[in-house]
Amino acid sequence: MSEPIIELRNVSKRFGPTYDAAARLTREIASRFGRTPKSETVHAVDNVDLTVSRGEVVGLVGESGCGKSTLGRMVAGIMPPSDGQILFKGRDIASLPPDAVKDAKLKVQMIFQDPYASLNPRLRVAEIVGEAPRVHGMIPNGQFDSYLDGQLRRAGLDPAFKRRYPHQFSGGQRQRIGIARALAVQPEFLVCDEAVAALDVSIQAQILNLFMDLRRDLNLTYLFISHDLGVVEHLSDRVLIMYLGRIVESAPSEEIFGHPNHPYTQALLSEVPRIEARKRRFTAIKGEIPSPMAPPAGCHFHPRCPHAMPRCGIEAPALREIAPGHKSACHLNG
Amino acid sequence: MTATLEVRNLRTHFFTRAGVVKAVDDVSFSVERGQVLGLVGESGSGKSVTGFSIIGLIDPPGRLAGGSILYQGRDLAKLDERDMRHLRGNRIAMIFQDPMMTLNPVLRIDTQMIEAVQAHIKTSKAEARTRARDALGMVGIPSPEERLNSYPHQFSGGMRQRVAIAIALLHNPDLLIADEPTTALDVTIQAQILAEVQKLATDHGTALLWITHDLSVIAGLADRIAVMYAGRVVETGEAADVLDRPAHPYTHGLIGSVPSRNKRGDRLAQIPGMTPSLLSLPAGCAFRGRCAHASTACEQEPPVAEPTAGHAVRCFHPIQGAPA
Ligand SMILES: Nc1ncnc2c1ncn2[C@@H]1O[C@H](COP(=O)(O)OP(=O)(O)OP(=O)(O)O)[C@@H](O)[C@H]1O
Ligand SMILES: Nc1ncnc2c1ncn2[C@@H]1O[C@H](COP(=O)(O)OP(=O)(O)OP(=O)(O)O)[C@@H](O)[C@H]1O
Ligand code: SF4
Ligand code: SF4
Ligand SMILES: [Mg+2]
Ligand SMILES: [Mg+2]
Repeated sequence: MSEPIIELRNVSKRFGPTYDAAARLTREIASRFGRTPKSETVHAVDNVDLTVSRGEVVGLVGESGCGKSTLGRMVAGIMPPSDGQILFKGRDIASLPPDAVKDAKLKVQMIFQDPYASLNPRLRVAEIVGEAPRVHGMIPNGQFDSYLDGQLRRAGLDPAFKRRYPHQFSGGQRQRIGIARALAVQPEFLVCDEAVAALDVSIQAQILNLFMDLRRDLNLTYLFISHDLGVVEHLSDRVLIMYLGRIVESAPSEEIFGHPNHPYTQALLSEVPRIEARKRRFTAIKGEIPSPMAPPAGCHFHPRCPHAMPRCGIEAPALREIAPGHKSACHLNG
Repeated sequence: MTATLEVRNLRTHFFTRAGVVKAVDDVSFSVERGQVLGLVGESGSGKSVTGFSIIGLIDPPGRLAGGSILYQGRDLAKLDERDMRHLRGNRIAMIFQDPMMTLNPVLRIDTQMIEAVQAHIKTSKAEARTRARDALGMVGIPSPEERLNSYPHQFSGGMRQRVAIAIALLHNPDLLIADEPTTALDVTIQAQILAEVQKLATDHGTALLWITHDLSVIAGLADRIAVMYAGRVVETGEAADVLDRPAHPYTHGLIGSVPSRNKRGDRLAQIPGMTPSLLSLPAGCAFRGRCAHASTACEQEPPVAEPTAGHAVRCFHPIQGAPA
């Protein structure tokens, strides 16, 4: 195994509520009448341990709202954890001197889920993609235009449009601007948050092939967040399954897709829509989706789990190794 | 019976300084009551602009340069802004590809949803809030009561998308244009949303124009499919015809690029070459430079062929009966 590039130790993230004046007053009155207002703290990420080695592609999958982007932002150094430590190449980011932090931030780039919100609407594409590598001296003198055009073309964008603003592009074109921006600063680690979701499958294939080439040629490392299980299976060496802030299963890609252990993983894989299906009935969710504002006690999945036992509502299962390299957090494993 | 939506020879062009971008160029299709038309195609081929054109949200330098958009027989392109506002968000709703086109970042979710309810029905604020809460629950957002007090940035990407969906569904529209509505959603929550819209189509007769890159969702949801390339519809037909027997070389290449059709870790199949610039499209077929079947004939405008009844393809040399 090669050296770890990113390590997360017991990392948690909580978001406190933000009350406006009226809401604060209501809560105050409620508490004066002896009613305790409901806690509105969101437990977005709960005690996550994770090690990613250089050159590895780690897929991260889970229900909408389970904490994937929050985890990705912490890995990219954009958001500090509430608890726990994040190590970049063995050193705690929180204890690095300022210039080393800057360097680490440049080396770890993120492609954001929401392309539009992450692009400055007042900047032209040339500035969005070219500014950072220019400032950091990555472009030899006099080669700005050829560097920029190369970066745009690589992401499947027509350099003829580099003087345009983000709103003049389609959704998938904007996403490719975000991809070009992240790759232009020559990162070592890329957090891809739904990075190809807005692309048609052919352009998506082009970008995924590019990612695989960069990994082969430059040993680039990826944390790949996606709802598209076909893409995750194709690309990842290892897959993490997240449920309500916790990692519930982690295994090599073939293992997860071939022998899923955790009941949530099994449920997830059974629902993947197939292109072979024609005009089917989609099924509504049975039972209630638990809230990260009030996570169920014990195993977070127990209200929806077909195998739940009394113990599951009391005791949280630990993430334990059940086969070499395959971890799962479920009481069914003993 | 008149179709809920009939788009005829629609052209939407952007008159930019660099030249005219023919984002939508001679597009025709129709959607019947209770039916689902899947609109797929290359990124940048004009799907969203088609949607914006229907609901009258094209800003300068863009404008409708031709064609008609018939909603229950009335031409929307000729409607004045007041009548259009009355239909929009009420009888005709759109879920935007970018949820922040629906949501205001500085207003709380409850403020925005209550306003959306009260825009089209006379009801008390408390009643509107209850409706808003139920709508959030319907799209699978837990603790909806508490979540109403949040701002958009406090939601995850998929939650923002679901709020936009909930708002679009508030008034049981007769026509719903959904632009990549479930791309940010996991399969479980996606199925919940798809079940809701299927219910809307069967119970209420809503016609759906469903824009997406997700061919497996389209396979399960759509009655008919239209495929766009460089501003044009290049193929239309029953879902099974288009997916199982794609006749246009672009459609064929697209379906061949689906990752599950490729071996794990291998390079993925992709259509060779790049999208032509909409500013300088070559004469004849726009796919010409990338097409393995191209001949000199393709330098002319391709005719529309019908390999089977109801399956139309704009190509000189359609592929026959071959699975991708
Ligand atoms: N305001 C604008 N000015 C100039 N060109 C524009 C403008 N808006 C869109 N376009 C161009 O029109 C074309 C069609 O855009 P549209 O957003 O409809 O694509 P799309 O099919 O929805 O693509 P995607 O799947 O990537 O969302 C694109 O090539 C885009 O660059
Ligand atoms: N800035 C914030 N303030 C308050 N709460 C937040 C903030 N960012 C995220 N959250 C909450 O944290 C939880 C996890 O959000 P996150 O964006 O990480 O989910 P996700 O797994 O990426 O979901 P999706 O698949 O929908 O993108 C959600 O309940 C969300 O509401
Ligand atoms: S611990 Fe219990 S509730 Fe949780 S997944 Fe395992 S069996 Fe189901
Ligand atoms: S018209 Fe010619 S170039 Fe265009 S898709 Fe058909 S065969 Fe290919
Ligand atoms: Mg996210
Ligand atoms: Mg679009």
